[in-house]
This record gives sequence, structure tokens and C-alpha cells, in this order.
Amino acid sequence: MKHIRNFSIIAHIDHGKSTLADRLIQYTKLVDDRQFRDQILDTMDIERERGITIKSQTVDLPYVDDRGEEYELNLIDTPGHVDFSYEVSRALASCEGVLLLVDASQGVEAQTLGNLYAALEHNLVIIPVINKIDLPVADVERVRTEIDNELGLDPDTAILCSAKDGTGIEDILHAIVERIPPPAGDAEKPLTALIFDAHYDSFRGTIVSCRVFDGTVRPGDTIRLMSQGTTYRVEEVGVFRISREPQKELSAGEVGYIIAGIKTVSDTRIGDTITLDLRPAPQPLPGFKDVKPVVFSSIYPIASDDYQSLLEALEKYKLNDASLVYQKDSSAALGQGFRCGYLGLLHLEIVQERLEREFDQSIIMTAPSVQYRFHLDDGTVLDVDNPLHYPDPGTIESSEEPYIRASILIPERYVGVVMKLCMERRGVNSHMSYPTPGRVEITFDMPLAEVIFDFYDRLKSITQGYGSFDYEIIDYRESNLVKLDILVNGEKVDALSILVHRDNARDRAVRVCDRLKDEIPRQQFKIAIQGAIGGKIIARSTISAYRKDVTAKCYGGDITRKRKLLEKQKKGKKRMRIVGNVEIPQSAFLAALKSDDE
Amino acid sequence: MNRTGNPGLYVHVPFCKTKCPYCDFYSVPETEHAGKWLKAVLQEASLNAPTPEFTCFDSLYIGGGTPSLLGHDDIGRLVAGLKEVFRFDDGAEVTIELNPDDVTKEKLALYRSLGVNRASLGVQSFDDQEVRFLGRRHSGRQAGEAARLVAEAGFGEFGVDLIYGLPGQSVRSWRKSLRRALSYGPAHLSCYQLTVEGDTPFSRLSHKGGLELPDDAMGAELFLAMSEYVTDQGFLHYEVSNFARGEQMVSRHNVKYWKHTPYLGLGPSAHSFLGRKRWWNHRSLDAYLRRLSSGSSAMEGSEALSEEQMRLERLLFGFRTMWGVELKELSGQDWANRLEGLRQRGLVDVRGERVVPTLTGYLFADRLPLMVSE
Repeated sequence: MKHIRNFSIIAHIDHGKSTLADRLIQYTKLVDDRQFRDQILDTMDIERERGITIKSQTVDLPYVDDRGEEYELNLIDTPGHVDFSYEVSRALASCEGVLLLVDASQGVEAQTLGNLYAALEHNLVIIPVINKIDLPVADVERVRTEIDNELGLDPDTAILCSAKDGTGIEDILHAIVERIPPPAGDAEKPLTALIFDAHYDSFRGTIVSCRVFDGTVRPGDTIRLMSQGTTYRVEEVGVFRISREPQKELSAGEVGYIIAGIKTVSDTRIGDTITLDLRPAPQPLPGFKDVKPVVFSSIYPIASDDYQSLLEALEKYKLNDASLVYQKDSSAALGQGFRCGYLGLLHLEIVQERLEREFDQSIIMTAPSVQYRFHLDDGTVLDVDNPLHYPDPGTIESSEEPYIRASILIPERYVGVVMKLCMERRGVNSHMSYPTPGRVEITFDMPLAEVIFDFYDRLKSITQGYGSFDYEIIDYRESNLVKLDILVNGEKVDALSILVHRDNARDRAVRVCDRLKDEIPRQQFKIAIQGAIGGKIIARSTISAYRKDVTAKCYGGDITRKRKLLEKQKKGKKRMRIVGNVEIPQSAFLAALKSDDE
Repeated sequence: MNRTGNPGLYVHVPFCKTKCPYCDFYSVPETEHAGKWLKAVLQEASLNAPTPEFTCFDSLYIGGGTPSLLGHDDIGRLVAGLKEVFRFDDGAEVTIELNPDDVTKEKLALYRSLGVNRASLGVQSFDDQEVRFLGRRHSGRQAGEAARLVAEAGFGEFGVDLIYGLPGQSVRSWRKSLRRALSYGPAHLSCYQLTVEGDTPFSRLSHKGGLELPDDAMGAELFLAMSEYVTDQGFLHYEVSNFARGEQMVSRHNVKYWKHTPYLGLGPSAHSFLGRKRWWNHRSLDAYLRRLSSGSSAMEGSEALSEEQMRLERLLFGFRTMWGVELKELSGQDWANRLEGLRQRGLVDVRGERVVPTLTGYLFADRLPLMVSE
């Protein structure tokens, strides 16, 4: 056990986590250069494109130090987004130390702090690494100061590195061995293994990633998942070395995988404890939580007869993503669909993109909503995440909505604009601190609903990219909520309804009407778009009729071009829904979410 | 109408003294290359000669560019050369495009003697201000003079081309231009609404906000006023932008483009069509000359149309012409309801086994294929 090190890399987005992981893998010669590709742990296209890690990946790096001692360094790669912070916390709980990566030009950012707090909660050894020192704009001294003042870490312990050109990799490996303690634990005690991730494999079922704290698990054992009480017979255990390598056993201190005929990822819970059925641990490992979705939206097939195919796609998708929840939903405008719950907006976008790209579904996604709480006059409490289920306003005694605590880190010069943005978004109870000269940390309590409405993009834009942002959900607070309906040519389009704070209703209604005006193509007749609360119209816009749609000439050289355009329009038409006699394109349903380009 | 019929031959003359700022047809100013071009065109003709589908034509269209820029010898050699390689029907329609400022009595007599029986005069406008805006070489007076000469030259048929939808143009001034055009007694009238085409000076001007064209409502008004006026004078509005004094006077050649009749195009950028295949030549005189001087084909690209693409094109063309489309081209379970909807909205009529666009239907010709399809 003293030759094992379990560690993770934590960093703000784009600070070079995946590149550093690549270098460590290359250094330890786990794959030869021929097989190597960039961001080797980010296996999904969407991860590579966006430069973020969505699923955890684990890799067991063989390392021989300069005295010839052989080590197993288990790198547990964690998702890099606040939507997945629970998964991150379980991965960190499986480690004894972390590399805290800070970009030498960007410095400490909101997520760096969030990550640091998470690591401190787990009493992990923290090795600060200043990355990208090769950049001409790198300012190592400033970053050292920030590490000292903002993170409270000893700047002299920071390792300088350029994951891009390989500088400092040897130092990092050395520090992992020297500074991070080997795991403690007793292989003879009853088994306790922490599930920190699970993947679906179409041949083997669920591959559970876990860290063994005590005890030993071998093929043939019957394991019990303690929160569920379910039992499975272990078929295989092993470690990840890019591909899976089966082992005779996994025992205390080790990180690896278990295959035990578990059908779907949803049969497991991240954070759950695995023990042996015959000799169970007296209690599970601490920290288990059943994660609940925080953002909700409906998905409908664009062609209503694709409902069955969408259902099958969701079922398949769900095999590998336990955090997506869905149930049947139906809309007068869009027919049969699904109400889905997501961990956050990024998660929502990932689901949408993967359904479209990997599962070839054409879908309409409605504007995201949070879960509101209504206290009715008969004493019942109603949780509503779908505007379609908004109760009769006459019966509502009071309503509540979820709040977050937002933490925003910015250069001092942006304080004014950021404060303004947060107040516009109904932020209250602000605090400001100056961790280092010239930098400000602002915290605000804000409704979650305001954050899912285009907050992050606005923050980035008003701070010219310098603002960083992190949040946690804190509580429910009283709020005056109304349902905003959208009418197209006098007909209510239920899938466009949203729940909003009464004070914002008019603004939002105007904005949605304007956006829809741009999104809905002109037709031969005039189209009226109205926003209404109850029966009262509070905003409107009009799409004028087109009078003419014909090109002047159509000779030899024009024909192919015209036909291609027609083919494209025909395809586009497939992506529209006809409501009443108006064609509404897919993009219009998300229009409510976007604010104007400023 | 039968869909195949005799093939047509098109020759692209890629020379213009100056480039008009709205035009996206291919041309270069270097008329000194006319000799080389002519040699290459005749070579291209012989390369295509063995095809059984392209032996006997019933139309020849010499377009451009500016065919009237060609010297007497060149045009003579062109027509003679083509007649050596291909056969033409006795009553073949032979059309040449003319620029008003090139028109002289002698030239017209020469064309007549070569067997040209149809002239298409690129007037665009008789108004000096409009002519200048369009960057044309001629004046309003010159245009009128040319039209008179052409009318007197004894072409059985001649046509006038106009452009409308110009900045500030009113229904009244447009009607005035039409009256002027018809006063010369043409058998054919083409009226194109000014369109900003990609990669032209007008498109660059338009991007910078320097080009204010009438909106679609005004465009529609000009279109309807035009159709009303010209059909009142006894013309058939047989295609969105084309009128003929009776069915005999329609441009036999141009109709081939809209009926999937085979045609062979010679010269740079010319397009050809046969069966289900469409192909086109290099849009560069240099490349065209190079290819032919090395004995290879001038083809730059081609496409083979699927049955569905053929159907889409039939819809596309059909709703632009008075012949419409056959009922059997409509697809989808719901076609009858959709058709009835269009009929009620006054966009189409049903005549026997065909769906034909109404005048309002012409205004939405680009959308009708989408409206009738699933």
C-alpha cells in the first residue's frame, strides 16, 4: 500500500487539466506515442470540442522513481463543471491529494477557489501547480502572490510547469510520491469501497469505478450496494490503464473497477458504499447523497410520430447517465414528450447535443425552468418544475423559488457592472472581499432561475472574459411568481409558457415576443405574438406578412443553386412545428432563454 | 407538353466591354481573345458531336456576355462552324442577345443572313437615370433607336429585356417604361426584378447599406401592375419573368430549361442537361481555353439527379410557368388537403390533371414547392 498514491487534478476550466493528464500518461509510457492522441481521457467528442471533462476517467500510472522504487499512481480525473460538483466531491473523497492547477496567465479564478475548498473539506494534501509558464503573458510572480493571499497556500511549494511542452512533469510526479501520503486502510477488515463513477458497457453492463478503503474484493464475491440493499456477484475486478486490466483482487487503498452484472448505471448511486454480502461493514462511508436535478425542461420529437424513437433514445442514453431523470409529458402544442431533470444547464446542453448527435434525434427543447414551490390555500405544498402544472392562481397562498449563493471573482474595475448585473438578477445580501490588491470576490444570494437565464454569458461579456463564477444552491425563499403565456395568432402555445417573478414578467414578455419575431419565419399572413398573464396581454409584437417569394431568373446556371436551396428549406421545414397555421422553428422554443445581443 | 422533345444548343460568349454592377453571368473585358474562344467553342462542339442525343437541335441561343460584341467574321464562323458539326431543324429557333449600343443596320442584316430569326435586346431601361444606375453603356435614346432598328430589321420575332424594382421606382414610372418597350412591337418581353446576386458590385454596395431596393410589398405591387398591363396588351405571362405575344412566340429555347428538355451548353460557365445529368463548364476563360487546347473536356462539375431531385425541380420550374405541374407530382398523404388550401388562398388553379399557379401564385413560386410537399 505504501507504493500507491491516489490523486486528482483540479482546475478552473481551460487551465490545462486535460493536457497535464496527457503529459503524465505519456511520461509514464502507458501508451506508446503512436496510439497517443490529445486529451486522451476525454473520450466523448463533445468533451474534446468544448475542452471540458464531463465523465470522470481513471488511470493507473506506473512510475519508477529515481531510487528505482515502483509506484502505482492513480489519477482520478474529475468533471470540470459546477453542474457535476457532487461527482467531483466523490472523486476527491477517493484521493489523498490533489494537484491544484492554476494558469500562469489567468491566475486564481472562482472555480479554483471552489475546488480548493472541496479539497480542504476532504483533508487532502494540496500541491499547487502553476501551468502554462511557457506563455509570453505568463506572470508567475503574480500567481504566486495569489496562491499565497487567495488560497492561503505556501507559494514556495508551487511547481512550475508547462503541460504543453512537458516542463515540470518530472517534478510533479516526484511531488506526488513525496508529498501525498499513501492510502491508509486495512485489507482484513470488512469491505468498504466508494463508488465515484459508473460507465455503461454494452457487453459487460455497468463498470463501477471505486476506491477501496478497507477489505478486499475478488471475482466470485457477492457484493452489496449499501444504499440500495441490492446484491450482485462479482465477475471481474481490475484497474484502468487506458483500457481495463483485470486483477485477482482489489484491496484497501486501491482504485479500480468492478464488473458484477449490474444492468444499468442507474442501478448504482455515485457515493454509495460497496460491501460484501456475507461480511458487511457496520456502516457505509460518509457523504452519500442522492443527487437531485435542479433544472428542468421538456423534450419533444419534432415529428410527433418519432415519439417512440425518442423514448428508446432516452432509455439508451440513460444507461450511461444516471443523473438525467425523465417522465412523460404532453403539450397541446407539441404532443407527447418528456419532462427531464438535469444537474444544471451544461448538463442540459450535453443531453440535447448527445441525443441529436449520437442518437440522431430531432428534438424540440423547451425553456429551462427551476423547481418552484407553491403553498396552496388547502394547506398542500406543490413542487412545480413545469409551467404546464402551474396551479390555479386563486388557490396560491404563497410561492417560493430556489436560491443560490453565487461567488464571482473579478478584477476591481468590473465591480460596478457586475454589481449592476447581479442586482438586475434580483441578487441580494452581497459581500465583497479583496483577496489580493486589484481583485474582488463578490458573493450574492440570487434566484437560481436568474442564473439559468443567460447569466454566465452576460457576466463573461461585461467583464471581457475576466469574470469567473461559481455557485451552490442554498435554500428556498418566498417569491411572487406568475405564469407568462405566449400566444401566437391568438392561440396559446403551452410549450412556450414560463414561470417568472412578477416584477420581471413584462420585461421577459417583451423580450420573448421580440425574439420570436426574429425566429418565426414570415408567412403569407400577419402573425401576432402576445405575452399574457392570466387573460391580460402585457406585450406584443407582429410579424408582417410577406408579399412575394420568387426569384427573377431561373436559367441553366441558376437551377442547381435554386434546387439546393429548396432542399435545404425542405429540411428546415422538417424542423418546424405547425401551431395553428403558423410554422414555429425548433430554435424559437429556446428563444425565451436568450437575451438580446448587447 | 412533352417533357423531352428536341434538344437546344446554347453558346456562351464571355465578353463584355464593361461589367454591369448587378450581373453575375460570367464575362471578361478582353475581346482580343475572341479568336481563341471561337476556336475552342468549335472544338468543344466536335468533342460533343458523337452523342446521339445531341445531333439535331431545334433551337440555338447565342447568349452571354455580349454576343453583339463579336466581329462579323467571328459570328459568321461561329454559326457556320456549328452547322458543320450539328444538324438543326428546318424551323429551328436561332436567337442572339444584343446590346443596344452595338446595334447597327449592317450587323442586323448580317445576323439575318446567318439565319438568326430571333433577337433579344438587352435594353434594361429607357430612362437615362435608371440606365446610369444599372451601369449600362447606352443611353435611353440609344436604346429606343436600337429597338427601332431591330423592329425594322425583319426578325420574325424579337424580344426586349427590362429590369425593374429599381430604387425609387413607382408603379407609374414602371408602367411608363413598359408602354415604351411595347411601342416598338416586340413579340416577347422579359422583365427581371433587380436581384442582388452574390459577388457583384451591387452585393458589396448592399452590404455596406448603400443600396436601397423596394421591399417585397413594393416588389409585389410592381409585379402585379406589370402583369396586368402587359397581359392587357395581349401578351401571355407564361413564366414569372417572361411574356410572349401568343404561345407561338414563347422562347422555345428558354422553355427547355424548365421542362428538363436536353440542352448542350458550349463556352465557359455554360450548363448542359441530359436525362438526369447536369454538368457545367469552367467559369474561367483561361481554364476553358487551357482544357480545350489540351483536347480535354471543359467540364468543371456535374450532378446526377435522383428521382426526388427531378421531382423537386419539376415543382420548382412548374410553379414558375403557366403550364404548372402534374397532379401526380404532389406527394405526401395530405396532398389533397394542402392543394385545396392553396386553391382557397388563390395561389393555384386545378386544370384537368395539372395544378397551375395563379398570378398571386407566381409571387410565391419559390415557396409553392414547399407548400405542396410534405
